[in-house]
Amino acid sequence: MLQIISILLENKTGALMRVTGLLTARGYNIDSLTVARTLDPELSRMTIGVAIEPHQRRQLIKHMNKLINVLQATDLTDSPAVTRELVLMRVRAPQESRTAILKEAEIFGARVVDSTLEGFALEATGDIEKLDEFIDIMRSYGEIEVTRGGAVAVSLESKKLRLSPPVPRGAEEGKSEEKNGVI
Amino acid sequence: MSQLMSGAKILLECLAREGVDTIFGYPGGVTLPLYDAMYDNPIRHILVRHEQNAAFAAQGYSRSTGKVGVCCATSGPGATNLVTGLVDAMMDSIPVVALTGQVTAKLIGSDAFQEADTFGITRSATKHNYLVKNVNELPQVIHEAFYIAASGRPGPVLVDITKDVFQGNAHYTPVTSIHLPGYKVYTEGHTGQIRRAAQMMLEAERPMIYAGGGIVLSNASAELRELVELVDAPTVCTLMGLGTLGSEHPNFISMPGMHGSYAANMGMYGTDLIIALGVRFDDRVTGRLNAFAPHARIIHVDIDPAEISKIRNADLPIVGDLKRVLPKINAVLKELLPEVGERPGLKAWWKQVREWKAEHPLRYDTADDVIKPQHLMREIDRLTKGEAIVCSDVGQHQMWAAQLIRFNEPRLWINSGGLGSMGFGLPSALGAQVANPNQLVIAICGDGGFQMSIPELATLFNFGLPVKVIVMNNGYLGMVRQWQELFYANRLSQVTLDGFPDPVQLAGAYGFKGRTVERPSELAEALATAFADPGPYLLNVKVAPTENVFPMVPAGGAINEMVLTPPQPAELRK
Repeated sequence: MLQIISILLENKTGALMRVTGLLTARGYNIDSLTVARTLDPELSRMTIGVAIEPHQRRQLIKHMNKLINVLQATDLTDSPAVTRELVLMRVRAPQESRTAILKEAEIFGARVVDSTLEGFALEATGDIEKLDEFIDIMRSYGEIEVTRGGAVAVSLESKKLRLSPPVPRGAEEGKSEEKNGVI
Repeated sequence: MSQLMSGAKILLECLAREGVDTIFGYPGGVTLPLYDAMYDNPIRHILVRHEQNAAFAAQGYSRSTGKVGVCCATSGPGATNLVTGLVDAMMDSIPVVALTGQVTAKLIGSDAFQEADTFGITRSATKHNYLVKNVNELPQVIHEAFYIAASGRPGPVLVDITKDVFQGNAHYTPVTSIHLPGYKVYTEGHTGQIRRAAQMMLEAERPMIYAGGGIVLSNASAELRELVELVDAPTVCTLMGLGTLGSEHPNFISMPGMHGSYAANMGMYGTDLIIALGVRFDDRVTGRLNAFAPHARIIHVDIDPAEISKIRNADLPIVGDLKRVLPKINAVLKELLPEVGERPGLKAWWKQVREWKAEHPLRYDTADDVIKPQHLMREIDRLTKGEAIVCSDVGQHQMWAAQLIRFNEPRLWINSGGLGSMGFGLPSALGAQVANPNQLVIAICGDGGFQMSIPELATLFNFGLPVKVIVMNNGYLGMVRQWQELFYANRLSQVTLDGFPDPVQLAGAYGFKGRTVERPSELAEALATAFADPGPYLLNVKVAPTENVFPMVPAGGAINEMVLTPPQPAELRK
């Protein structure tokens, strides 16, 4: 079963690789991944869709939370959350099926973003299963080309974000005794 | 107040502020500016003979002192050579900061000479790593690196620095604070859980304390000892935890696991409460998991939340620093103990444990014609009295040393526990000796691991480091041979090590003394002579070639079904 993980992380070089590295090191293939800046430009929000064996799930989330660049990793699979995806597709539409295609698009709430003699470019958003259906239906009209945006999700529960405060460091010389393994 | 300084000088200034007195390293093209700055800097640089050994030596320095070890290598091959040492530090949670040079920033990605993607290669080999391309970021990054390496669950941190950063100038202002918003360190432990843990400990009839490397890392030996005496539970120390409870302590019942003592493993099987402190339920300890401590509830204290319930579900988890948590548990125990009356269950449990201990002590047969490896360890034990720093390589000798040498204190037993890196013994002893110039430091190696780090004999000589290198020479890759004998019908494949160099000539060529002993009657005198020598010493001890380590829990076996004596091969193979 696909697991949706939402991660708030620092917008830094290599941060994405640290998160995905935890998955690839365990041999998991990432089904979908989206990442973009948050309101705070120093942070990014990442949503990963990946099928993890149940016994490793908690462990992996803990490991993600351990990463220095990760502020919070949350498993949204079994908690109230909304997941959406964007699909862009090109449909070849000969004269006789143009109306039918537009009708279907309307049913799924898709928008026409480009229209040519050959066909349409459509944009649709929705939950993943609904988009799967939409794609299946459009395929029945002939050749299509699809680009999926990957799942994005938002938790419906407010999660307390605990951040570490700054740590005094380095200023005084000769204070090496106190950092013998214990902070 | 700021000062215009080169990146190389800024780096050394930051190291000084972190209290660094020693760097183990090897120079190269892109670190030239750094080494030029080191030329007249008070920080001592120990020039090793291979970068892997720089990382191992930094670990020896750290493991023996608790301070952060520092190693340094150039770009490309220098950095890739560090990797084994970093993964090793990662597995055993040893605080090490590795500094590597990188090609000039604008050349990155151009397949420049000695370029490698060090940042990418070492990502999973470190707790955290950095690539510094801007000299202004350098001070912040260095202080972050040391903080991350030493705090929480310690580990290696690598800082990859481009050549132009070393060369570039910046206005240097000392860093006064660092901010890592996502780095969470939990130290205190949950008060309610602590109270419940103390109650569980006193309610248990057959408690067992399982203490590991976490006690060493958090310097909580004294607190452990108090807990052991308050609960009065039999205590096992893992391979990484040896010395945290002195080997002479009456509650100490040796090491558990694959080559653990009978009493330790039977105890771990029969207990109704495991008090796990700074351990990670390693497969070498638990054996077959579904047969591990089947009747026990688990209290698990660890600073790393990801260790809790990783292998075995914790009935009562406490996330925190043992140094902080144990005194709190001890305080509750002291408060509760007066109300607890007789503990008849515990009395019976101790009787049982003592019986196990008496039934199958760690014993071996001596011989007159050939030195038994166990005899060698016993002699080292007799002469060092649990006070020497013993750095072990990996293999049979490591297990015999762990079984038979006493350690009165933590940080005396230094070995590659998690990764099991051959070649670790000699360079880690080198690092430990640098940090403890007046202490007896022994490297116990097999003839295999020793030959992986022979070049460091030169370093011992160069820096006048009086490490006593004891090679337990059985002419085999002994542990692999043991498994081939027991599980592969004695088809000995690629385990014979012929052509061991003559130690007198070898050590002599490096400028110090070497010797071979073969007869049991000479052993005690040979060891005493080596230990008394003011310089480094190479002692090649030829031991019974086909001796096997027992007790042994075969891979995938249950810990209560250990094999105590040499069996018939067929018996084990079923």
